[in-house]
Amino acid sequence: MDKLLAETLYYEMVRGRAFEYAAKEHYMQGDISGFLHLDIGQEALSVGAMKAFAKGDVFSTYREHIMALARGITPKAVMAELFGKEAGVSEGKGGSMHLFDPSHFFYGGDAIVGGHLPNAVGCAYARKFQGEEHGVMAVFGDGATNGGAFFESLNIAAAQKLPLLFLCENNEYAIGTKITRVAPFEKQAKKAEPYMPAIEVDGMDVVAVYEAVSEAQHYLEKGHGPIFVEAMTCRYEGHSMSDPNSYRSTQEMALCKARDPIERMKKVLQEQYGMDAGAIELLETKAQNEIDEAVSFAAEAEEPAPEALMAHVFTEGGTHALS
Amino acid sequence: MLYREALNKALDETMAVDDTIVVLGEDVGRYGGSYRVTEGLYAKYGEKRLIDTPIAELSIVGNAVGMAIGGLRPVAEIMTANFALLAFDQIINHMSKYHYMSAGKITLPMVVRFPQGVSKQLAAQHSESYEQMLSAVPGLKVLAASDVNYAYHALKHAVMSDDPFVFIEHELLYNKKGEVDLKTPLDPFKARIVKEGSDVTIVSYLKMVDDVMAAVPKIEEALGCSCEVVDLCSLNPVDYDTLKASIEKTSRLVMVEEEHKTGGYGAQIVSWAAEKMFYTLDAAPLRIAGADVPIPYNRTLELLSIPTPDSIAEQIIDWGRRNDV
Repeated sequence: MDKLLAETLYYEMVRGRAFEYAAKEHYMQGDISGFLHLDIGQEALSVGAMKAFAKGDVFSTYREHIMALARGITPKAVMAELFGKEAGVSEGKGGSMHLFDPSHFFYGGDAIVGGHLPNAVGCAYARKFQGEEHGVMAVFGDGATNGGAFFESLNIAAAQKLPLLFLCENNEYAIGTKITRVAPFEKQAKKAEPYMPAIEVDGMDVVAVYEAVSEAQHYLEKGHGPIFVEAMTCRYEGHSMSDPNSYRSTQEMALCKARDPIERMKKVLQEQYGMDAGAIELLETKAQNEIDEAVSFAAEAEEPAPEALMAHVFTEGGTHALS
Repeated sequence: MLYREALNKALDETMAVDDTIVVLGEDVGRYGGSYRVTEGLYAKYGEKRLIDTPIAELSIVGNAVGMAIGGLRPVAEIMTANFALLAFDQIINHMSKYHYMSAGKITLPMVVRFPQGVSKQLAAQHSESYEQMLSAVPGLKVLAASDVNYAYHALKHAVMSDDPFVFIEHELLYNKKGEVDLKTPLDPFKARIVKEGSDVTIVSYLKMVDDVMAAVPKIEEALGCSCEVVDLCSLNPVDYDTLKASIEKTSRLVMVEEEHKTGGYGAQIVSWAAEKMFYTLDAAPLRIAGADVPIPYNRTLELLSIPTPDSIAEQIIDWGRRNDV
């Protein structure tokens, strides 16, 4: 991996974490409301996967702020969305869980666990139909692998040989329920193995995630059908801001944080790429400034006008004339 | 032309001009469709555009949503309404909401074809109607085709629209005969005056329109009145203007629907009339609907569970006598 890419991965992770801490702070201050699912601890997965899959379509979950940023949606547009402002990427109508931007091939932002998987399958069908080779990625948690939509999606994607990457972010908890209490095994890739090749990757190592997803995308481009990548990861916060995270011991959290993806990549930058502390700090400051600007922007942005309420229920007379 | 042939023609003609239109569902392709609506299309357009899916309704609709996001125009077929309950997460949480939640960034040009209703002795899990739920979901356009000409034009409109549609068909109508006026386009959101009249407005949709029409001669003779029969056609949005004009003329409203009465679709129409037309009405509206019971298998019981031409006539005549019609 060249130095510029390594730096970018680090920068995006630092910027992502700064975004999440800012979101947390402004949630506690009451500027952000509703459900807020923070991605702190899982930055390697979100950033590595998005950067590796830059050309394909992505369908993600409600824990998607950092993915949206890594996809190229600006921190201003995402933060303004969290603040419910008109300048938000979904004009204040979606909120934290519903970030969409087709111009960055990013389709949410879905808040029904596993509900977006059939949509990703359909989009993969469309891409194959159109002869577009880059394929589609569906990101979901370990919890989603226990639902029917997941198994239907594995089945159809495999039967139709669709270019679909199933990326499981296995942080071992569905809110407070440990995966092994409700599923027969720790690694959910086992569920995919009868249908498609499955790779496991350390989800706390951004370089490893980047490489695994790149490899998976090459596989899709060959037209062999879908592939499954399971990234073992760890979220530092509760499921959402309303979850006190009381079900994990201090010891478990310490083990988790010992694998910190940002610290790990910092070491890589220093040891493999010879970057000094000053250069790294410069990146960190730049990232923090970008987030500070995003917060100011969001705070000052306009509320949606009351007329926005009824806009976008339907398209405006969008019927194609029959030629 | 038969109702199913009109639907087939609508699909065929739209598919011929727009090669992004795909049809998906169980047995829609090689088999030709459970109700033969897609007959011949597989041979003409191939397996890429006539997609045989597993019988997994969540995926049939969910995949259609994804195809629409990906730039296709999918037409998903559900085999029967009860099966669609497995797809309601996709219909309600995804199909109806992506456009709004994304502030218009995502559009979903798609149709879910939705056969429903009491057919003949198919029992409780194959006989229901869900327009009350579907039309209560903001973000869906819900059409109900009672008539061959309407079926043809309205399905074409739905397929070519950029909005998500649920297109309701009644299972007993597939072999209904009718003329299709190919030359005169039709507004699918406009209610249809099936028969003009001056004393009672009878509002209905889907198969009940035919049952109402079968009951009308008896009603008119018994009450010595003239009935106006309105087919709603579009269940959401509703053409309240046509209803208003009719009620202003007749000052009486009867609502006839096949589905279970409690929480049924007609409650919306009667509630609207009570709210907006109260001082125009000369009598309390009458609602004729199915019984609040799972549909039984036995034919006698089955027919007792839904309105029939005889029971419609009987109830309207009784109501008419009590209300000086």
